[in-house]
Amino acid sequence: MAKSKTSEPAVKVKTTWKNAFKRDWQLYLLLLIPLALVFLFSYAAYPGLRMVFMNYKPAKGYAGSEWVGLDIFRKIFKDADFLRALRNSLVFNFLDLIVGTPIPILLALLLNELRYPKFKKVSQTILYLPHFLSWAIIGSVAYQLFKPSSGLINILIMNMGGESVPFITEKWHWAVTYLLVGVWQTMGWGTIMYLAGITSISGELYEAAMIDGAGRWKRMWHITLPGIKPTIITLLIINLGRVMNSNYERLAVFGNSQVRDFQYQLAIYIYEKGLGNLQFSMATAVGLFQSVIGVILVLLADKFAKMLGEEGLL
Amino acid sequence: MAKNKAVNTEEVTPDGSRAINKFRVSDALIMIVLALLCLTCVLPFIYLAAKSISSNNAVLAKQVYLIPKDVTFDAYVSLFKDGSMVRAMGYSVLVTAIFTALGMIACTCAAYPLSKKRLKGKKAFTFLLMVPMYFTAGLIPSYLLFKDMKLLDTMWVLIWPLIYSPYNMLIMKTYLQSTIPDSLEESAFLDGASNIQILWRIVLPLSKPIIATLSLFYAVGRWNAYADNQYYIRSDNLKMVQYKLYQMVASATEAQTTTLSEAAAVTSTPEVLQAASIMFVTIPIIIIYPFLQKYFVKGAMVGAVKG
Repeated sequence: MAKSKTSEPAVKVKTTWKNAFKRDWQLYLLLLIPLALVFLFSYAAYPGLRMVFMNYKPAKGYAGSEWVGLDIFRKIFKDADFLRALRNSLVFNFLDLIVGTPIPILLALLLNELRYPKFKKVSQTILYLPHFLSWAIIGSVAYQLFKPSSGLINILIMNMGGESVPFITEKWHWAVTYLLVGVWQTMGWGTIMYLAGITSISGELYEAAMIDGAGRWKRMWHITLPGIKPTIITLLIINLGRVMNSNYERLAVFGNSQVRDFQYQLAIYIYEKGLGNLQFSMATAVGLFQSVIGVILVLLADKFAKMLGEEGLL
Repeated sequence: MAKNKAVNTEEVTPDGSRAINKFRVSDALIMIVLALLCLTCVLPFIYLAAKSISSNNAVLAKQVYLIPKDVTFDAYVSLFKDGSMVRAMGYSVLVTAIFTALGMIACTCAAYPLSKKRLKGKKAFTFLLMVPMYFTAGLIPSYLLFKDMKLLDTMWVLIWPLIYSPYNMLIMKTYLQSTIPDSLEESAFLDGASNIQILWRIVLPLSKPIIATLSLFYAVGRWNAYADNQYYIRSDNLKMVQYKLYQMVASATEAQTTTLSEAAAVTSTPEVLQAASIMFVTIPIIIIYPFLQKYFVKGAMVGAVKG
């Protein structure tokens, strides 16, 4: 056994399964645990997807429900609720991307320019905090601040003689609040990758630029920003791959009947149609549609990243 | 490789101009912007803290901003008397602890074998273990599966389905591949140690930093997630504390009522009680967070580099 081990790096001989098991049976034994978990709790659910071709009735089960071919898909693409949920998911995820991408970059640039390590450390610690709070906490805090008459912001506005602003009870205001709270939650944590990218930029570049008389903002624009361009592109592509996702917890916690026009997104659709109205086949078909598009987007994003000369994502 | 360099982002000032330049307007500008952003993270919680220990009348009269008025801890007293939040908190701690321990076992059992270049069938196993990260069957098929497994409305439905995490496995695998030198394991192998002995005596002791980080990822992930409570749990005593808080906001948003019992509602207004409940759920995180933050940053760096 020891011999085969030492000779391995020198000569690349194909090991047979028998030898591999003899040498590494303990490793295969360890692997059985995670494999059992994914088979029991992930793969075992895949056959359930066949219900997208059935008119699944919970009382009848898989065996008793009738096969209907593509009827379910025809039905969901005519379903106004689905189309609204799809539109909202796409629009809000793109907006999230547009608002959410530049802010962490700017913040990373500012943090990088900060010349007081203590101040930097404290502000980083504080700015990372929202990333570690649940949507239940963020949602309830936002509610305390933004609710119509007794929320803090509205109290302040009314004290100054203004009128109460329906931050979370009118759909256009809601959209802005929803997006800004999202940015607020991710802005600090989002800087980490960019800060890591900045440290790998050579210090000589900055020295040379200073000798040439480039000021702070010029250096930021011409050295730091181009230096983190690969990071920016990679993260942007990863996030583009997620544009079909929707976060149930975030949507649910910001939900109320006045803003359903915008808040009704795919995750809400799946939950309400599925577990609420027991339209199992429709909810599953929408979930499948979402997953398949998601996988395609991830694969495309990976291809694209490799095309641009970045390290692949997969 | 680059990631080891990147871990110490804090100390580096790439413009290297500390000694030459004096404090300038731009410095002040940057500090002001950052300070304002920090305030948006701090002030809401100071406001809630102040509100939670103010009297009902002061809150109803909208006189409480950042300083409490007529200080009283009545809301917290009724929170503890009612007991449902406190019980849910204890239950959340229990679920999170079991989840984290089992999660780390599952993660190590996957990451260690897959970190070995020589493992035959490595590609196929990695594929099988990564697919669930990108493609899931979705809510309803999972719901029906858990129903068949008699997991619905038990504590275990919050644990088993999520303890194997492809993402955490990737982070650990990357770490093992890049920090544990092959030569170390090879010499142990020559001394007659088995794979499991090598894992236990050499690899795990050298992986303490990543074990700390991933345990935190597991713990925070479980602690903060609550959608699965809504999907799979009916019994009130099996709901985690975050979900209780969510139910409270959800019902307050719609009907301005709380889910706490009437006895609690009589002694203080829902307003103060809500603030106290939010603080009750938030304070534990705020207390432990500053000590743990650096482990998260490290983990995020390792996770950024794919294996």
